[in-house]
Amino acid sequence: MRKIYIHVLFMYLGILSTYAQTQQSPAKIDSSQYKSRKLKVDEVNLVSAYYHQEGNNSAVTGGIGTEKLSDFANTIDLQMSRFNKNGKKNTYFFEIGVDHYTSASSDKIDPATISSASSADTRIYPSINWTQSNEKTGNSFGFTGSYSTEFDYQSLGAAFNLTRLSTNKNTQFDFKLQAFLDQWTVILPIELRTGNKGKHGGQYDTAPRNSFSTSFSIAQVINQKFQASLTIEPSYQHGLLATKYQRAYFTDGSLRSENLPDKRYKLPIGLRMNYFLSDRFVLRTFYRYYMDNWGIRAHTAELEIPVKINSFFSISPFYRYNNQVGTKYFAPYGQHQASAQYFTSDYDLSTLTSDFYGAGIRFAPPKGVFGWQRLNMLELRYGHYSRSTSLVSNIVSLNLKFK
Amino acid sequence: MNPFKKILLNVSMVCTLTAMLSACSSVKPYQKSKLNDADMILSARKAQKFEQSFQLYREGASGANGGKSGGGCGCN
Repeated sequence: MRKIYIHVLFMYLGILSTYAQTQQSPAKIDSSQYKSRKLKVDEVNLVSAYYHQEGNNSAVTGGIGTEKLSDFANTIDLQMSRFNKNGKKNTYFFEIGVDHYTSASSDKIDPATISSASSADTRIYPSINWTQSNEKTGNSFGFTGSYSTEFDYQSLGAAFNLTRLSTNKNTQFDFKLQAFLDQWTVILPIELRTGNKGKHGGQYDTAPRNSFSTSFSIAQVINQKFQASLTIEPSYQHGLLATKYQRAYFTDGSLRSENLPDKRYKLPIGLRMNYFLSDRFVLRTFYRYYMDNWGIRAHTAELEIPVKINSFFSISPFYRYNNQVGTKYFAPYGQHQASAQYFTSDYDLSTLTSDFYGAGIRFAPPKGVFGWQRLNMLELRYGHYSRSTSLVSNIVSLNLKFK
Repeated sequence: MNPFKKILLNVSMVCTLTAMLSACSSVKPYQKSKLNDADMILSARKAQKFEQSFQLYREGASGANGGKSGGGCGCN
């Protein structure tokens, strides 16, 4: 009997031991931490806009004459990313832009020609950015290189960007350092040209224009519905800052090419505040104060109220107001004093107010726009701009986002 | 604007900012669903890119709005 008990006991222990010999499970890996190191496309954006303006204060003709201008602008950008072996995310951002414009006033640089070289032009501007970020902390840094070329203007740009997040990720600090080294062709109005410069293949002189800027920005989460950011972006420009083919007429009847100081310091301060009013309404606000050493002072305020019709469709009416005290170097047609060292009749730099209003629609259904899964979002905006100097313009913009 | 109004405006702006910062509460990641809404992003929309460009050319002021602050001519 005891033997049977002992056998049963051993059998039981044997069965237990066979269960105990199940393959040991490997140390648990948190699959949520796994990051594929393959390069993947995050998103592609196509932005296009058509802009048209009418006015009668062209700087090319000394503050009088047509400002009619049309511009068709397009950019396509591609954002790709991959994780390196240390778990850091590398993001690559490529962009290329192509603008084509026609300008009636530029055609008056040399009115003798049927259509001068600047009456229509195409600008091409590629750029590339690399940013490395730590997904855990949210901190990142990166570099940008850019280039822009058009008939009379070339620009080479470089930038460094840095982002730091607080431990609770409710405060974000952004720093950006930018430099643009530009070279532009000095084209004078036909009456002021000497020799054969610019005529039928003749050589123009070139002059540099360099811009340096830093941007300090702090973004703060105020509460679950409210966040704000404050940006200060001082910048310095040096070189040929006047547009030499713009005319200035004097009280004595004489004509000269626009002349402006070769240094410009700018100080804009911007405050952005967004409030999630309810599930249907969001308030987006922006205010900027601007000042520079040419005497321009400006206040700009914007308000946009996206109205959510449903979870993937919203309509956003907006209004922007700008009030500007013009530069001390500005005077209208024929009103510059002969003794003036610097002078311009460019109404963009004059005392003015402007209104810009319109609306945008944003469409981002979960199954893709028009049922096309890859087309993640469509945004269409229209805006009407009117300036106290009688310039009016309209712009239509389209953004398609592919994922 | 007269100096008194200017001082009053500056003081009210500083007070507003101070009040805003003192009202800051620590918001946890899972409480940020409204802040992460596409319309709440603290920058201009991509579709505003060319609006900012023409405003930069048609007005003397630029910068601090996420738009271009240099490079390229913009002289037409």
